[in-house]
Amino acid sequence: MLRFSTAKVVSILLLTLLGFLFAAPNLLSPDARKAIEASIPAWLPSWIVPHKGVVLGLDLQGGSHVVLEVDVNDLTRTQVNILRDDVRRILRETRVAPQGGIGVMPRGVQLRVPNQADRDKLMPKLRELAQPITNAVIGQTGLATIDVTEGADGLVQLTLTEPGLVDRVRRAVAQAIEVLRRRVDAMGTTEPSIQRQGADRILVQVPGLQDPQRLKEILGKTAKLQFRFVAEPGTSSADVEMMPSRDAGGQQIPVERRVIVEGEDLVDAQPAFSQQTNEPIVNFRFNVRGAQRFGQATSEGVGRRLAIVLDNEVVSAPVVQTAITGGSGQISGRFTVQQANDLAVLLRAGALPAKLTVVEERTVGPGLGADSIQAGKLATYVATIFVVLFMFATYGLFGLFANIALIVHVVFIFALMSILGATLTLPGIAGIVLTIGTAVDSNVLIYERIREEAHAGRSIVSAIEAGFERAFATIFDSNSTMFIAALILFFLGSGPVRGFAVVFILGILTTVITAVTMTRMMIGLWYRWARPKSIPF
Amino acid sequence: MRLLRIVPDGTKIRFVRFRRFSYPLSALFSIATVILFLSVGLNYGIDFKGGTLIELQAKSGKADIAAVRQAAHGFGEGEVEVQEFGSAGELSLRVPLQPGGEAAQSEVVRNARAALEGQYEFRRVETVGPRVSGELVQTGTIGIVLSIIAVLAYLWFRFEAQLAVASIIGTLHDIVLTIGFFLITQIEFNMTSIAAILTIVGYSLNETVVVFDRTRELLRRYKTLPVEELLDLSINSTLSRTAMTATTTALSLLALVWFGGQAIQGFAQVMLFGVLVCTYSAMFISSPILIYIGVRFREGEAVAKAGEKPARVAP
Repeated sequence: MLRFSTAKVVSILLLTLLGFLFAAPNLLSPDARKAIEASIPAWLPSWIVPHKGVVLGLDLQGGSHVVLEVDVNDLTRTQVNILRDDVRRILRETRVAPQGGIGVMPRGVQLRVPNQADRDKLMPKLRELAQPITNAVIGQTGLATIDVTEGADGLVQLTLTEPGLVDRVRRAVAQAIEVLRRRVDAMGTTEPSIQRQGADRILVQVPGLQDPQRLKEILGKTAKLQFRFVAEPGTSSADVEMMPSRDAGGQQIPVERRVIVEGEDLVDAQPAFSQQTNEPIVNFRFNVRGAQRFGQATSEGVGRRLAIVLDNEVVSAPVVQTAITGGSGQISGRFTVQQANDLAVLLRAGALPAKLTVVEERTVGPGLGADSIQAGKLATYVATIFVVLFMFATYGLFGLFANIALIVHVVFIFALMSILGATLTLPGIAGIVLTIGTAVDSNVLIYERIREEAHAGRSIVSAIEAGFERAFATIFDSNSTMFIAALILFFLGSGPVRGFAVVFILGILTTVITAVTMTRMMIGLWYRWARPKSIPF
Repeated sequence: MRLLRIVPDGTKIRFVRFRRFSYPLSALFSIATVILFLSVGLNYGIDFKGGTLIELQAKSGKADIAAVRQAAHGFGEGEVEVQEFGSAGELSLRVPLQPGGEAAQSEVVRNARAALEGQYEFRRVETVGPRVSGELVQTGTIGIVLSIIAVLAYLWFRFEAQLAVASIIGTLHDIVLTIGFFLITQIEFNMTSIAAILTIVGYSLNETVVVFDRTRELLRRYKTLPVEELLDLSINSTLSRTAMTATTTALSLLALVWFGGQAIQGFAQVMLFGVLVCTYSAMFISSPILIYIGVRFREGEAVAKAGEKPARVAP
């Protein structure tokens, strides 16, 4: 068993060489790695050429990790309002007047129509409101978004169904991801990552950000822009809504419920400076439909105040001087330059389909990240020196073999992480340091067994062979238990903790190759070369 | 060349006799842990408690704690904990969870930045809302429970039931004492601590598995050996390996404690304690349990239930 065929030796050496090659890009700067990637000829699959390094986690390179959650209550309220408007429209179309109007419930609306003939007219139309839910995986689900029930004494209830809401949340998350991506891209950050997390959350990770507070403000704004007239005295109170006004220092002013144009009709928004006052403003342009509506409204409302409403706050309410038919206009509102910039970004990216709330934020400054890398490196070197010296002092030549295997083991972890594009976090560095301590366990198990077998009177070859063979079952069992714990950690943990699990899992997998196969090969080659009479420890 | 041996060859230490001391001692520590857990409680980090953690570095090199404390009153409701840590000029601020749900937490960071960004660099900002922290508590608990069940299942499959039970008791002992360590040192208990505990679960089983592998092997070889001697022999013959591995692991963890930096120090300290406890419990807690449950003991003879099964490793 100590005889290794040449083919085997060559393949192990080749594997080691590959490990070193694929770990090597980590020694280069990110720019140098990009240069290598760019120089790969097109006919060559890019994974053949080692050019990838380990991705540093946000805790090491600095950056922001923000988790946003779709406000389901807000979304439900919006859906109920849409439902109420739809029902109102149908009532108007069918000329049915319900007894006591439309009642709004937390999850739907209800109305009482005692007249059977009216109900017969109304019900088919109401039933049309219920849309079937389609699912990307299983297609038609057979479920509808709205449940329409007809109760005693003509009570009709329309309720948003649970699957309908879940589906709506799912779509809202998908839409929000698109909007957020446009917003983050507009901030000019490098390699942001935006992904869905669970049913109703979005994880945004932006490395190396200078101003995390601004990121959060930009992510969290719904950016729902509306143009409405300021209500004139004498307007029916049902058509008026009170809103805080930025212009008037937060004072509430009455605004008509009727919306003239919304942000979705904008095609462009750019920050600029007002020619009269020289203060920062945002210039915008409407699409054809928006321009038409805006032109018509402003020509009818010359002399009235037009409220520019952003997220239920009146940004400003200028007086309409002349009809604006060109389809463009400007928003002023005592902005700073940055606020005007951000507003333009938000308007271009579009409004979020629902309110998003920041439920988790983790930001690490670039200084702390660099310090952590420095400390992690130092700890790794010191741990390696400690363990290498200790193993050599205890096992001599065999310790040296174990040490070579240990170095290859760490190189393999880096190579695998680079190939897989795995993220190295601070706990991941701790995992590497810990692995340095535990990886030699396999060697220790083998060597101690060899000693025992030799003491029991076996010849050197048979002691070495028995040592490897008998220790292997123990190595397998002990690594399996470690592996199970690490695997659970991987599936449950997120971010930094998951980085620890990744390192640990890779460490356990590679230890079998390095500590068992590689050490055995080195011992085998040594034996053939030196022909020793006794084991050297 | 004279090589280092930390354990001499052929030790004949009667380990399992120590159970008269180790069992009461561990029982005492476990009870103390429960009492401390109920009275003092763990120092939960914001992962589990929710709230905001801010780490500052004074731009001028010197932090003015009194001024920061003063400013911190305006960040939100509740007591803001301001502490110096690490090198000079570094401060940590802990703001408790704010009433008013998820959105209210962001307000704290905004206020803090507005008040302190002039004189301080914000090295770390972490905010965890009430819902996320609740979920993390759940995840952490599930993780530990699941890992114990999974490992137990593995051991049941690979070993005999008694050995599995004995090693799980040892592992539970190690978890309890590690939590005791958290309680005494008041090291922050967060998601990284869960990682530490799961790693300790893995290490603890690693240790018992090595001893029990040997126990099982010896059971087949010496069918008439009294069980106490059998266990002592198992521990003694693996002692050198146990000491070696404990030393290399402890050495690398010491490197982490000394040089790994502030953020990882707590983790490294807990792991170091865990490794020592695991080594202790494999010898003095899990193994002696077999005297009571593992191998049926009759008239000075170890009639090994396990020994009747076919040998897995060739003798």
